[in-house]
Amino acid sequence: MSDPILSVRDLERRYGTFVGCTGISFDLWPGEVIAIVGESGSGKTTLLNCISARMERSSGEIRYRMRDGRFPDLAELGEAERRFLMRTDWGFVHQNPADGLRMRVSAGANVGERLMAVGQRHYGNIRRTAGDWLERVEIAADRIDDKPVTFSGGMRQRLQIARNLVTHPRLIFMDEPTGGLDVSVQARVLDLLRALVADLGLSVVIVTHDLAVARLLSQRMIVMKGGRIVEQGLTDRVLDDPHHPYTQLLVASIPEN
Amino acid sequence: MTSFDKGTALLQVEGVAKSFTMHLRGGLTLPVVANVAFTLHPGECVVLGGPSGVGKSSILRMVYGNYAVDAGRILVRDRKQGAMQDLATGDPRTVLELRRDSIGYVSQFLRAVPRVSALDVVAEPLVARGIARDAAAERAALMLKRLNLPEALFGLPPATFSGGEKQRVNIARGFITDHPVLLLDEPTASLDATNRDVVVAMIREKLDAGTAILGIFHDAPVREAVATRMVDVSAFSAREAA
Repeated sequence: MSDPILSVRDLERRYGTFVGCTGISFDLWPGEVIAIVGESGSGKTTLLNCISARMERSSGEIRYRMRDGRFPDLAELGEAERRFLMRTDWGFVHQNPADGLRMRVSAGANVGERLMAVGQRHYGNIRRTAGDWLERVEIAADRIDDKPVTFSGGMRQRLQIARNLVTHPRLIFMDEPTGGLDVSVQARVLDLLRALVADLGLSVVIVTHDLAVARLLSQRMIVMKGGRIVEQGLTDRVLDDPHHPYTQLLVASIPEN
Repeated sequence: MTSFDKGTALLQVEGVAKSFTMHLRGGLTLPVVANVAFTLHPGECVVLGGPSGVGKSSILRMVYGNYAVDAGRILVRDRKQGAMQDLATGDPRTVLELRRDSIGYVSQFLRAVPRVSALDVVAEPLVARGIARDAAAERAALMLKRLNLPEALFGLPPATFSGGEKQRVNIARGFITDHPVLLLDEPTASLDATNRDVVVAMIREKLDAGTAILGIFHDAPVREAVATRMVDVSAFSAREAA
């Protein structure tokens, strides 16, 4: 068996005396999708922001397997190395596509920008690669020069996914990626994510309050309440045989799971 | 498939107990089964018997790792390494690995994924094992044809299919691989006589190839046609003791 790509130990984040999340430990292996579920205020987004180096932690360890096999704590990395990770090896899919896209530059430029960040300079190649990725996320080729402000919510989200994946990252963080979309549009985005994650062998940490999304995308699940993990395990086991009172409440709250 | 000797246990259930604690009902505990023990060897079709509600489906779900156990061991022969692995520890990676290679499950109802075609649903377990998409799709099509699913439906997501059509997609998906252990939960419940006979023939072929099958069959003719042994789940009932 391979080694974990991400390892979190006793992670805590406090806001003054308020606990954002605490006592968080888990490992993520290559090609694995882990879902973090819980209601608003459960600490799931704080956790996601800490492990993706977007927020300072208060204490604990977060280790990441670099491409060269090193397994440093993110805190040991210099700012330049951390920035490089965030631009190339990692992706971050925001709930609101406007937070992850540049709304006033073209769709092609949104995708191409990440390529330029990793040193590509040839305009023709960048444009061709951007075009390929738009196709993969089912955006018509003739929209490449249009700005995302002219796109529907579902298209914007698919564009954000393309922008994230173009650099062939190994780890993707997702914050409610289908949260702001209509149900019919959600299905398309979810199906696309499911296929891309499987084809590219990506490791994913996805935060969602939607148990159906967790069931569809993840193999493992973490349930959070009050900043702590209350239950974790195989996704179908946690959903079909929940043990913690809070997980039972969550599962019982949806009409037909 | 990697064939195992007739005398090699492929699935060994030891001292398994299960209860449900309903926290939303004031912590009410419902005992289901206790001291469940049985062993399956290659080519055996063991049928779980007993009245409705006695815990047959719960046992199948525990054996697949879908339900946690309160006590006991569920040892599954690892197809690749040949060693027994305890699936009851609930370690997600062990369970997922055993499911991919060693233990298959045909549930009573297909959980349809939006936008994924019937053909892809059936081919998926092969793709997960590294078989090329085209080859997997070809085998999936043969499987669906054998189960008389109209070809016009192959490219459509099963969400809108009839109960019997969904069940055939589910059976095709479960039978397409050569998992040494196969769990069947009422695989013929919504099938007509013709398709029921196809499924009986498919089960027999699996048994001849050395697969060990654990199943629930309420349909008496099917049960009689495939069962090599019955395990009466009433003997494990934990209800009286409660």
